[in-house]
Amino acid sequence: MDKGGLAGLTGAMKRDADVIVVGGGLNGPALALALARAGLGVIVIDAQPAQARAEAAFDGRAYALAIASKRLLQAVGVWDRIAGGIQPILQIKASDGRPGEGPAPFFLQFDAAEIEEGPMGFMVEDGALYAALLAAMAETDGLTHIPGAEVVAQEVTETGASVTLKDGRVLTGALIAGCDGRRSGVAERAGIKRMGWDYGQTALVCAVEHDLPHDGTAHQFFMPSGPLAILPLTGNRSSIVWSERTETAAAIAALDDAEFLEVLRPRFGDFLGPIRLAGGRFRYPLNLTLAERYADRRIALVGDAAHGVHPIAGQGLNLGFRDVGALAEVLVDAKRRGEDIGAGDVLARYQDWRRFDATTLALGMDGVNRLFSNDNPVLRGARDLGMGVVGALPGLRRAFIRQAAGIAGTPPKLLRGLAL
Amino acid sequence: MSPETSSVDTAEVAKFEAMAAEWWDPEGKFKPLHMMNPVRLDYIARQIAAEFGRDLKAPRPFEGLRLLDIGCGGGLLSEPMARLGAKVVGADAAERNIPVARVHAEAQDLPIDYRHTTAEALVAGGESFDVVLAMEIVEHVADPAAFVATCHALLSPGGLMIASTINRNAKSFMAAIVGAEWVMRWLPKGTHDWAKFITPEELTGMIARAGLDPVDRKGFVFNPVSWQWSISDRDLSVNYVAAGVRR
Repeated sequence: MDKGGLAGLTGAMKRDADVIVVGGGLNGPALALALARAGLGVIVIDAQPAQARAEAAFDGRAYALAIASKRLLQAVGVWDRIAGGIQPILQIKASDGRPGEGPAPFFLQFDAAEIEEGPMGFMVEDGALYAALLAAMAETDGLTHIPGAEVVAQEVTETGASVTLKDGRVLTGALIAGCDGRRSGVAERAGIKRMGWDYGQTALVCAVEHDLPHDGTAHQFFMPSGPLAILPLTGNRSSIVWSERTETAAAIAALDDAEFLEVLRPRFGDFLGPIRLAGGRFRYPLNLTLAERYADRRIALVGDAAHGVHPIAGQGLNLGFRDVGALAEVLVDAKRRGEDIGAGDVLARYQDWRRFDATTLALGMDGVNRLFSNDNPVLRGARDLGMGVVGALPGLRRAFIRQAAGIAGTPPKLLRGLAL
Repeated sequence: MSPETSSVDTAEVAKFEAMAAEWWDPEGKFKPLHMMNPVRLDYIARQIAAEFGRDLKAPRPFEGLRLLDIGCGGGLLSEPMARLGAKVVGADAAERNIPVARVHAEAQDLPIDYRHTTAEALVAGGESFDVVLAMEIVEHVADPAAFVATCHALLSPGGLMIASTINRNAKSFMAAIVGAEWVMRWLPKGTHDWAKFITPEELTGMIARAGLDPVDRKGFVFNPVSWQWSISDRDLSVNYVAAGVRR
């Protein structure tokens, strides 16, 4: 066999794609669409079989998309496909609560009328978003989707990157984008270490139907054991993200549906009338993981693979989409000026752009969660006061809203609704 | 090329590979060039696309264009141009740069024609190009006006020359000599001779007198706060670039 031919496998002219995206969740397809629409060749490898998730009935999982994330989905041709099932968040009410005592005297309220960009966020159901990404991928030239395929090995060299699938296929590109979650195999195989903390907390996630309309209002109750978020879905339905200490959460998860609702009701309150379960119940242990670096030669980590954050305020997916926007812009710019898009200095631009933001947000949310999950009376007093102060200052409130909506700082073009 | 059929001494190849690694290390000896390279490439790519009506979103937008990179060094400009589809000739008067650039391009699977030659020799050989790049070189040649005239001679009718250099004023002395060579030590002392720097007016004059139509002029500006280079319409006070077309 000609040895020269083998070495040439990773060479520029014989590549299967520019970018090999490992991970077919939400960030992977979004990145692939952004790149392919800008003219790059992309392969998406998904360990899961695709259709099952797309065709499943509503399973109760939903995301609060920030305005910036909406813009990215518009830019990659996905927003119009989900627009019919979107519930805008018109108002956010946050309060400090302790069972039996009712809400604290200070009450933080954000209204969409305070910022010119419109609604503060958009609730979308997991299955609908995934199905839209899948459909968009199928219609996009230069994009190959390989579902139900496991990556068993990867190799990076001076000149290219390759992954080996379980069935023996070898695929080559200029770089591998690891969009494969908080236990990222791409990061592990690249020798990128992670650090992490466990919160000793678990999020219980489900959707409920209620008799009264929610009027597009999202509620966040900061309970001593962890936050409870009630997020509006279309119709008279809301998504619940309820954080409890892990032992308590395990006990609650073991209850049957009727008993579960009995435990939820006093926390939920009765302002939306009687509630019933809509869809399944899920349980996610809360931990924070950060990769020691987000990029390496021919490797880039995106979303939870780079920074797995607490799902408080729904920032995990929004943070991932900011990674997608930044990486797509760095790669497309590099490609159009003829650079080797997998070179270390090119990918370092992505890391420099994202790491500060993502780490700050991850650690910031960690701090917020710790502060609000503590029943210490001094801290409770401090956060009552803090909420009152934030609530009283319009400038600070606007800054807070803009930050939460992901429109502060210098976001990537895609997140400003600009094409690449 | 397989090792059996290679006529190149393997020890020599190892040496060239080490030198190529040095040229291509973003944190190494050529760090200032690497830092500046994205804006240089942006300018060049956009200028060529505009002049020849090419779409940079296409996979190989410069397909069919013949491009000469004078003073190619390790190939920091030649390789991106080849990746964009241009048929590239990289020329360097320093003989040792040629095998270094060649080894790196081969590993990248980029077919670049690297030659140890000069612009004058290429004219004598009857070569002509759609694009001639003379980046960071005009300030190093003995007779800049004659050099620009040589570039003109290398262009086909309708061809584009892009030349970048450093302005001659108090600010450029502080930035390019005191800053880059003495303080930051980005460049070895003596890399630049301030007296050989050229003002944009002088360069534009040379371009026009050589028979080229001066079509554009921009500044490359380093921002020490963001630590990044950018392209400026107005600030040509230190690094700048000019483009001329042979009509």
